Amino acid sequence: MPIQFADKPGLVAYLTVGDPDLATSHNIALAAIDAGADVLELGVPFSDPLADGPVIQRASERALRNGTSLRDVLALAANLRRERPGAGLIIFTYLNPVLRFGLENFCAAAEQAGVDGVLVTDMIVEEASEYLQALHRHHLAPIFLAAPTSPDERLARIAAVSRGFVYAISRTGITGAQKSLTADAEDLVLRLRRFTHLPVAVGFGISTPEHFAAVGEFADAAVVGSAIVAAIEQAGPKDAPSSIARFIQGLRGGIRETTAPAR
Amino acid sequence: MAVTTTIAGRFGPYGGRYVPETLVAALDELEHAYAEAQADPDFHLKLDELLRDYAGRPTPLYFASRLTERLGGAKIYLKREDLLHTGAHKINNCLGQALLAVRMGKHRIIAETGAGQHGVATATVCALFGLECVVYMGEEDMQRQELNVYRMRMLGAEVRGVSSGSRTLKDAISEAMRDWVTNVRTTYYLLGSALGAHPYPTMVRDFHRVISREARQQILEKENRLPTAIIACVGGGSNAIGAFYEFIADKDVQLIGVEAGGRGPQLGEHAARFSGGAPGVLQGTYSYVLQDDNGQIALTHSVSAGLDYASIGPEHAALHDSGRAEYTSVTDAEALEATLLLARTEGIIPALESAHAVAECVKRAPKMSADDIVIVNVSGRGDKDMGILAKELKLSGAE
Repeated sequence: MPIQFADKPGLVAYLTVGDPDLATSHNIALAAIDAGADVLELGVPFSDPLADGPVIQRASERALRNGTSLRDVLALAANLRRERPGAGLIIFTYLNPVLRFGLENFCAAAEQAGVDGVLVTDMIVEEASEYLQALHRHHLAPIFLAAPTSPDERLARIAAVSRGFVYAISRTGITGAQKSLTADAEDLVLRLRRFTHLPVAVGFGISTPEHFAAVGEFADAAVVGSAIVAAIEQAGPKDAPSSIARFIQGLRGGIRETTAPAR
Repeated sequence: MAVTTTIAGRFGPYGGRYVPETLVAALDELEHAYAEAQADPDFHLKLDELLRDYAGRPTPLYFASRLTERLGGAKIYLKREDLLHTGAHKINNCLGQALLAVRMGKHRIIAETGAGQHGVATATVCALFGLECVVYMGEEDMQRQELNVYRMRMLGAEVRGVSSGSRTLKDAISEAMRDWVTNVRTTYYLLGSALGAHPYPTMVRDFHRVISREARQQILEKENRLPTAIIACVGGGSNAIGAFYEFIADKDVQLIGVEAGGRGPQLGEHAARFSGGAPGVLQGTYSYVLQDDNGQIALTHSVSAGLDYASIGPEHAALHDSGRAEYTSVTDAEALEATLLLARTEGIIPALESAHAVAECVKRAPKMSADDIVIVNVSGRGDKDMGILAKELKLSGAE
């Protein structure tokens, strides 16, 4: 299972698939992996992304205007799996597109595509029994969010059913960049460590090399989402892949080489 | 997906809690506080007093003799929720939840609104209790229910326009949830319909049960028997579940929910979830949802902002599947016609939402016998709709 973080901190990179178009998403994904992303979150655009800030909302709207569907995201995952066998691949989605596809059909298709894990934004552990069974049947890692507002007993439940890594939300709120990280993130990671030996990735609001380094002090990986999506928006289709490669190298402080790693 | 869960708040397979993790602790806290309040006689005493002296309960059950005569069938009674303070049933729930927010020590209230009636009721209770109030409203709804925007501002609320998606109720709820997830430690989300994550559908229903509790007693007093049918419009479904609830055990009473048929049966032209939708998850709850083949939520249309929503309260989904309640729809044109009819036979201008229930009554009553009794829940009054009515019914020209 290629969800692993070779260098600390690891990098989980999010993109909304289909923004600006499927072919460009493919190239951006390859560029992100080659520039040093350990795990890619392939975002399924949704019409009502209530956990997302304006940047990802706009990206979702663009992707939906192109007609991007869950099926397209799975097809992209299959291509990436062939081309970059060592990269971690996660489907990041709201629940309704999965329900419409059919939970079992979705898990079978994701396994077939070589997907490693699934994160459903609006699926919480209490509602997850069938969801977990389906993921287990198809060898997909369930990745759950842990929030600063989650009390310890919830963190224990989240840790118990998570595989791959646990996604710690850095603050209360929706996705989107922020100037500085709050103390919430470190507190949450320390609390999570009491319940799990899985890697902990911190996300929401991480946009600069300084944030990335700061998260590396206490977490195993950082998730970068809105900052990447905003850079894609700014660069336009032609320049987006190279722009994202530079951005990721910048986060890593230029330590890594840009050649495709043979992992 | 067949659903198994460890969470309460299921109506058959429907309901549940599908939210970002950040909100779960707040929903747990709310569920706990609500259970405590329910068990506290003092809470009920305060609420009953406010409902009576402030909101104007009980509302009359009025025998509409001229409408009955005109339609020539069943005897028609109107449950006059339109006579409540702020002009709709929404105040029932807002008073209950505001008392709860105060108990919980929350001083910032947020809400969504479609037609603006829930927004006005929320702004009203916030003024009454001295609470900060922010109301999210789709920009399309701000335009078509402009009067209610002014009322909210008059009451000291901040109205935040929402420009995403269809710029209606669904988008206002998403934006309110984004606010809540950000300010969850200090903010109370006063949800206005029997929708959303547990415990909202149960709690909102409980605060509106008073509608059917009164109506049941009133009809027994007036007619010494139960009605043949209760008719209510269904957007999210708060007035309907309130009007149905105490009659659910009375198996012979037909429960009829009326959805917005809009301009026609094509996806995007209406808000008839049961004829055009499929089970799915939107904004925290599992219910019928208007959606496309990829699970993207469909756009909706109704002349009535309060019915213009892609999903429906989960308890209605269960009542639908069990066959206990029947759901139907009427078009924009039929609702407008019914508004005019009720205005001119009874001197009552219903809200466009409630006019959908009246329109269904217009269809059914003539086919029923004089022994039948129909109660129509007039959930709100039509003052807010005068702009739309003036345009659609061409009231500005010479008649």
